[in-house]
Amino acid sequence: MLVCKDIQKTFDAGSATEKKALQGVSFEMKENDFVTIIGGNGAGKSTILNAIAGVFPVESGNILIDDNDVTRMPEFSRAKYIGRVFQDPRMGTVPNMTIEENLAIAVRRGKRRTLRWGITKNEREVFCEYLQTLGLGLENRLKAKVSTLSGGQRQALTLLMATIQKPLILLLDEHTAALDPKTAKSVLELTDRIVSENKLTTMMVTHNMRDALKCGNRLMMMHEGNIILDVQGDEKAGLTVPDLLKMFEQASGEAIANDRMLLS
Amino acid sequence: MNLGAILQAINLGLLWSIMAIGVFITFRILNFADLTVEGSFVLGAAVVARLITLNLDPALAAWIPLIATLAAVLIGVLAGLITGFLHTVLKIPPLLSGILTMTGLFSINLRIMGMANINLGRGITTLMDQAAGGLSNVTTGITGLFGGSAVDVVSRDASIAVGLVFVIIVIMALKLFFNTEIGYVIRATGDNEAMVKAQGVSTNRTKMLGLALGNGCVALSGALVAQTQGFADVNMGMGTIVTGLAAVIIGEVIFRDKNSHRVFIAVVFGAILFFIIRAFVLSIPWMNANDFRGITAIVIAIALAIPMFREKFNFRLKKAAFGSKEVE
Repeated sequence: MLVCKDIQKTFDAGSATEKKALQGVSFEMKENDFVTIIGGNGAGKSTILNAIAGVFPVESGNILIDDNDVTRMPEFSRAKYIGRVFQDPRMGTVPNMTIEENLAIAVRRGKRRTLRWGITKNEREVFCEYLQTLGLGLENRLKAKVSTLSGGQRQALTLLMATIQKPLILLLDEHTAALDPKTAKSVLELTDRIVSENKLTTMMVTHNMRDALKCGNRLMMMHEGNIILDVQGDEKAGLTVPDLLKMFEQASGEAIANDRMLLS
Repeated sequence: MNLGAILQAINLGLLWSIMAIGVFITFRILNFADLTVEGSFVLGAAVVARLITLNLDPALAAWIPLIATLAAVLIGVLAGLITGFLHTVLKIPPLLSGILTMTGLFSINLRIMGMANINLGRGITTLMDQAAGGLSNVTTGITGLFGGSAVDVVSRDASIAVGLVFVIIVIMALKLFFNTEIGYVIRATGDNEAMVKAQGVSTNRTKMLGLALGNGCVALSGALVAQTQGFADVNMGMGTIVTGLAAVIIGEVIFRDKNSHRVFIAVVFGAILFFIIRAFVLSIPWMNANDFRGITAIVIAIALAIPMFREKFNFRLKKAAFGSKEVE
């Protein structure tokens, strides 16, 4: 489904602030894989997601989605394969457009935009049904601007928008990190439900080890632009937070000095 | 200020409001401060003036003003595409892209006109003259039914009618367009570019389209203004962007809720009010026409600073409320 071969990415190459964000990352994902990615700050978690989404070009390596080489494809052309939810709740939606208009844009992801109506009556009914499944009452607020929604509501809506047109790959970039714990929990449950109901191939970056263990069938740990741990199936299911910490020390040769990972 | 002055202000306000709608599209919808308009406004006037005075095929004569006006729109669209190309393909910042096109257009406008000024006065038929003739026939016909005598519609009133027709057509067309699939993603581009790309749309394309549309409106306005004032001048575009911004801001102040679908109508009222204020200021004895641009700039600077003042004021209110609680 998704193949990454020897991906390299350096930010600010040749300058004093040069940062080798990805140092030859390779992995493969099967259909229906749900992988959680953890790692400290600057480990390259978000960078690998952005490389797959095409936010920036990579220096070397290949990215294949469903046997299509997308390495040189611009971000907007790859979007037909990819659904995305970002860390910042403001990034996934258009604040000054209504909920239904946002959904209408999302349901046409990867399709040619024409001079037909931006939204149809039929679609409105479908959106209503979909929004009901969120249980947030948004189905009664189709014509409300997204700017009137809370962060959690926006992430739930973004999640719906990313999956309403079934993507080959769903990329979640710390999508609960900016939410309060209670909202984060419900958005995570929603994520789990949507992913399993639609059998989506998913990559989820998180800094919360417990969430990483709880969700998905596979776990990757990154450190300084490399994948230092990749476990799946039963092996992953048996893991605990102390196991992860120990594995991190062994693999990286240093203790975790990252408050965010430890405290969460 | 007499009724005539107010009617003249309404006339100018209507015609210039189409330019202001163009500025609204680029500045507010696309979030792109586009200075191309200073050139594309004149471009519209230049194209229309040159085509009307070319004395083309007499068989077409009746259609020439309309054809020339539509040609002006098309060439304005091209000007917008040039700015779009500079920004999206060559990655030149928005302000500079607009300034470059505007600067280049000065020479192009002179080339199109062949001179700095083309007179569209006596003996040359413009859309406004045609409308005046047509409307005079209609009103004479109607008064004739009641036994009245012939009525002449003055060109100012005919121009108001033409302006109204174009404003209504432009607003309806834009309203329809911005509710299509393409319209949706253009609106989204100014608000959240990352989202538009993530939804599979090239923001380069949406920006080009928005700039094309905006400058098409601006050129149409230039074409109509030239026909109503009876000349096209290579310098008539100076201050266009400021007039456009003023109309947009005044419109937003009158119609407070920006979400409303009436935004375009708000801009039209903003433009009309702007020209009424202008007529009033110019009627003050110690003011002259040259002072008005300075006043406009100051007023717009204040209007644009209002959000900042509001924030500071709210902050102080909160602080005051907080402080009083502590005292209790």
